[in-house]
Amino acid sequence: MNPILSCHDIIVDFDGFKALQGVNLDVHHGEIRFLIGPNGAGKTTLLDVICGKTKAADGKVMFQGVDLTKRREHEIVRHGIARKFQNPSVFTELTVFENMELSIKQNRNLFSVMKAKLTAEEKDEITVMLERTDLLDRAYDPAGLLSHGQKQWLEIGMQLLQKPEVLLLDEPIAGMTGAEREKTGLFIQEIAEKCAVLIVEHDMDFVRNFAEQVTVMHEGKILCEGSMEEVQQNELVAEVYLGREAKVC
Amino acid sequence: MRKKQMIYLLFFLILLLAPFYLTEFRLALLGKFLCYAIIAVGICLIWGYTGILSLGHGVYFGIGAYCMAMYLKLEASKGALPDFMEWNGVQELPWFWKLFFNPFFSIMAAIFVPAMLAAVLGMLTFKNRIKGVYFSLLSQAVVVVVVTLLIAKQDFTGGTNGLTNFSTVFGFSLSSPMVQIVLYAITVFALFAIFMLSVWITKSRLGHVLIAIRDGENRLRFLGFDPAVFKVFIYSLSASFAGIAGALFVLQVGLISPSMMDIIPSIEMVLWVAIGGRHSLFGAIIGAILTNGAKSFFSETYPDVWLFCLGILFILIVVFFPKGIAGLFEAFPKRFTKFFEKGVKKGESDSVVS
Ligand SMILES: Nc1ncnc2c1ncn2[C@@H]1O[C@H](COP(=O)(O)OP(=O)(O)OP(=O)(O)O)[C@@H](O)[C@H]1O
Ligand SMILES: [Mg+2]
Repeated sequence: MNPILSCHDIIVDFDGFKALQGVNLDVHHGEIRFLIGPNGAGKTTLLDVICGKTKAADGKVMFQGVDLTKRREHEIVRHGIARKFQNPSVFTELTVFENMELSIKQNRNLFSVMKAKLTAEEKDEITVMLERTDLLDRAYDPAGLLSHGQKQWLEIGMQLLQKPEVLLLDEPIAGMTGAEREKTGLFIQEIAEKCAVLIVEHDMDFVRNFAEQVTVMHEGKILCEGSMEEVQQNELVAEVYLGREAKVC
Repeated sequence: MRKKQMIYLLFFLILLLAPFYLTEFRLALLGKFLCYAIIAVGICLIWGYTGILSLGHGVYFGIGAYCMAMYLKLEASKGALPDFMEWNGVQELPWFWKLFFNPFFSIMAAIFVPAMLAAVLGMLTFKNRIKGVYFSLLSQAVVVVVVTLLIAKQDFTGGTNGLTNFSTVFGFSLSSPMVQIVLYAITVFALFAIFMLSVWITKSRLGHVLIAIRDGENRLRFLGFDPAVFKVFIYSLSASFAGIAGALFVLQVGLISPSMMDIIPSIEMVLWVAIGGRHSLFGAIIGAILTNGAKSFFSETYPDVWLFCLGILFILIVVFFPKGIAGLFEAFPKRFTKFFEKGVKKGESDSVVS
């Protein structure tokens, strides 16, 4: 099966510091792929390159046969790649409902937005998403008043409303309680039925529970790839994590 | 909601009836303030809602005013060369002046030239992701350039004296009280229309996009919106409001000069909005009227201390009432929760320049 998203030899150079040194990565439709690795490995940077936030010095990002390397952020989103950042980044001054309203897949040019009226379908769509993210009773509160975990869900919900083909998540469960984590994991599995999910995560229990495919990064390079068991047996991985994340081995 | 609309309606009714209870002198002042209020609504849209601090709206006001003034000047000169051109030894009317024989063209120019200038500046800056303080400084630089140009090219522009000595508009004498009342009424309607349009914008999805830009335009990119397009639009729209205000101003005040659109007036415009409450369109109107009312009261009595007072007032407002006068009138419980929320998340969203 052809990958839906593939990165070829991505190099990122921050004023001489090579944060990514020739990264290759394929993501297939409907898979949940975890991206793990020690701090500073370049995981966030890789997601940034895919979604256009950081420009690669060299290499190519292909998405469904389209070269996205030179595209701007909003164009990449319109192609079907959604991104959730490490810090919850919802619009704090808008209500939860309004946050979702802006996230619905729609024509985002000036004139369409000017004419846009909330349609009945859109309203249903938002209501369903409010239910799925457990935010129905908070719909008309400013998003800034939500708890940390709720903001994370709101943001995942917002990304889903865009009906992406690929969802990029950066440490989605950071700061969540145990129960919230479990729920988020199930939520992500549900999401993966419709689109590919690429997740950066440090929490190894979470990775073990929900990973289908794991890619390990270290110092700007891909160390190895495979199922969780395969990765755990890899000696290089053990070495990288030795003394810091004994859990992996 | 209903209650708010009643207050708006009542307010505009009171304004409309002003000719019946104000002296000619006071009415002229109020007419001038309403022009300022139109500018304030535009600044509220870009600053309060979108988070773009323009310190150069004097330019758009001035250009609108000059466009109208050129028409009035030609009408007053009755086919001869405008007086200041003769004094400067100009032989023939420059080509661009000739365009302003046409009243329709002049009015359109007063609206669209500011909008186009703003669009060009906006495209150069917003597309290149220049924002915050850098944008504010650039907007001031534009003021300096335009004002310098107006003064330097005095044979075409009237220099520091600006354009004045008008007599008629569409053949009606500008000194007639009846004409001034009609112009006043037109100003009230213009303010009403611009206010309603702005309220509609802020309530629509477009308005939510603007607030989202203020809250974090980078996040908005990842919902597939191009913030630059929306910023250019709202910036030009607010510039055209200032242009309309300028045209109405010249008709009522009978004078426009570079000093009325320079840096200090440009900054004052932002102060009106800060004082009225930058997150409230109605607050911006009230801010413009009250500040200018206070200004003419104080500068009649103590001319020297006015700017000083205004400075102190601004500092007090920013420190103690970041939501301005409008903030004082918000329902108390609501204010409390908002305050609480601000306390918790005093992030980028409430910085003066975001
Ligand atoms: N804008 C930047 N300028 C310079 N260096 C940067 C920049 N962004 C990231 N880096 C560096 O690039 C390296 C990779 O960073 P990145 O954020 O991708 O790591 P990460 O794998 O996401 O780490 P973490 O697990 O801590 O989130 C780090 O050494 C970081 O300091
Ligand atoms: Mg990271």
